Amino acid sequence: MADGTRDKGKRQEPPDDEAALSARLKRLGDRIAQAKGPSERGNDSRPTTDTSGMARGFRLSSELVAGVLVGAGLGWLLDRWLGISPWGLIVFLLFGFAAGVLNVMRAAGIVRDPTVND
Amino acid sequence: MATDPIHQFQIVNLFPVAKVGGTDIAFTNSAAFMVAAVVIITAFLLAGAASRAMVPGRLQSAAELVYEFVATTIRSTAGSEGMRFFPFVFTLFTFILTVNLIGLIPYTFTVTSHIIVTLALALTVFFTVLIYGLYRHGLHFFGLFAPKGIPVYILPLIVCIEILSFLSRPISHSVRLFANMLAGHITLKVFASFIAMLGSAGIIGVAGATLPLALVIGLTALELLVAFLQAYVFAILTCIYLNDAIHPGH
Repeated sequence: MADGTRDKGKRQEPPDDEAALSARLKRLGDRIAQAKGPSERGNDSRPTTDTSGMARGFRLSSELVAGVLVGAGLGWLLDRWLGISPWGLIVFLLFGFAAGVLNVMRAAGIVRDPTVND
Repeated sequence: MATDPIHQFQIVNLFPVAKVGGTDIAFTNSAAFMVAAVVIITAFLLAGAASRAMVPGRLQSAAELVYEFVATTIRSTAGSEGMRFFPFVFTLFTFILTVNLIGLIPYTFTVTSHIIVTLALALTVFFTVLIYGLYRHGLHFFGLFAPKGIPVYILPLIVCIEILSFLSRPISHSVRLFANMLAGHITLKVFASFIAMLGSAGIIGVAGATLPLALVIGLTALELLVAFLQAYVFAILTCIYLNDAIHPGH
C-alpha cells in the first residue's frame, strides 16, 4: 500500500515532480557530458595534448624542426638543379620556417587542421 | 659491462646474408630483434586466436583488446572507411610497441632507436597516403594543398607552405619516435651508471647511490609509458594522414 500512497502523493503535485525530474535529468546530462568530454576530445584531436609535458615538447619541437629541415633541403636541391644559388635556399628556408610554425600551431590545436575537421 | 651510454645502440653483424655489388648485407642484431618481435606478435595472436571461445580466456582477451584498441583508434580518426587500412595500422602499432617493449629489457637492442628504421616506417606511411590518395581521387587529391576560403592573392604562398608542411610529415613522424626512444635509453643508462660509480665509493657512496637507483626505477616506469605512448602516437598519426588520403580537402 505504500506504493499506492506515494503514487497518489506524486499525482497531486505533478508540476513540482516534473520539474525535479527534469532538473535531475539535466544534472545527469551535464555529468555525462563532463565525464565524456575530455575522453572524446582526446579521441578526435591528437592524443598527446594531455600527456606529459616532455612528450608534448618533443612533438612540437620535432614539428618545427621538420618543417625547417624540409624547406632547407628542398631549397638546396633546387639551387643545385637550377643553378640559382643562393636564392632557392633563402626562399625555401623561409617557407620551411612558415610550414614548421604552421605544423606546430596545428599540433598544438591553435589552428584547426582543414583536413581533419570531423 | 660497458658504461658508455651510446654503446647500447651499436649495430653488430651476426652473419653475412648476401653481397649486392660491393656491399655486404649482413644479418645484424637489429634484424634479429625485428624477427624476434614479429615472432612474438605472431605467437601471441595465434595463441590468442587458437581457442576461439565465446567467453575468451586471458590470452584471447588480450588479443581482442589489442584488436579493439586499434580498430577504435582508426574509426575515431579516419572513419569506418579507414578500416580498410586496419592490417597496415595494426602491423605498425604492434610492431613498434613490441620492439619498444623488448628494448626495455636490459642487454637487449632497441630497434626504434635508429632513425633509419623509424624513417623507413614513416616513409611507408607517407607513400601509402600519396599513392592511395592519387589512386582514389586522382589529381583532386592535390586539393589538400589549397584550403578553401583563402583569398586568391595569397593562395600561391599558402600552397607552397602546405606542400612543405606535407613533405615534412615523414620527418616529424619518424624523428618523434626515434628521439623519444634514444633519449629515454640514454637517460636510463646514464643514471644507471651513476649507481655503479657511487656504489664503488665506500659507505657514503652506497647511501648516495640509492638516490639514482630510485630515479632509475621511476624512469623505467616512465619509459614503459613512453614505449606504449609512442607506438600509439605513431599509429594515430598514421590514421590522421590516411584520413587525408581518404577524404582530402573537405
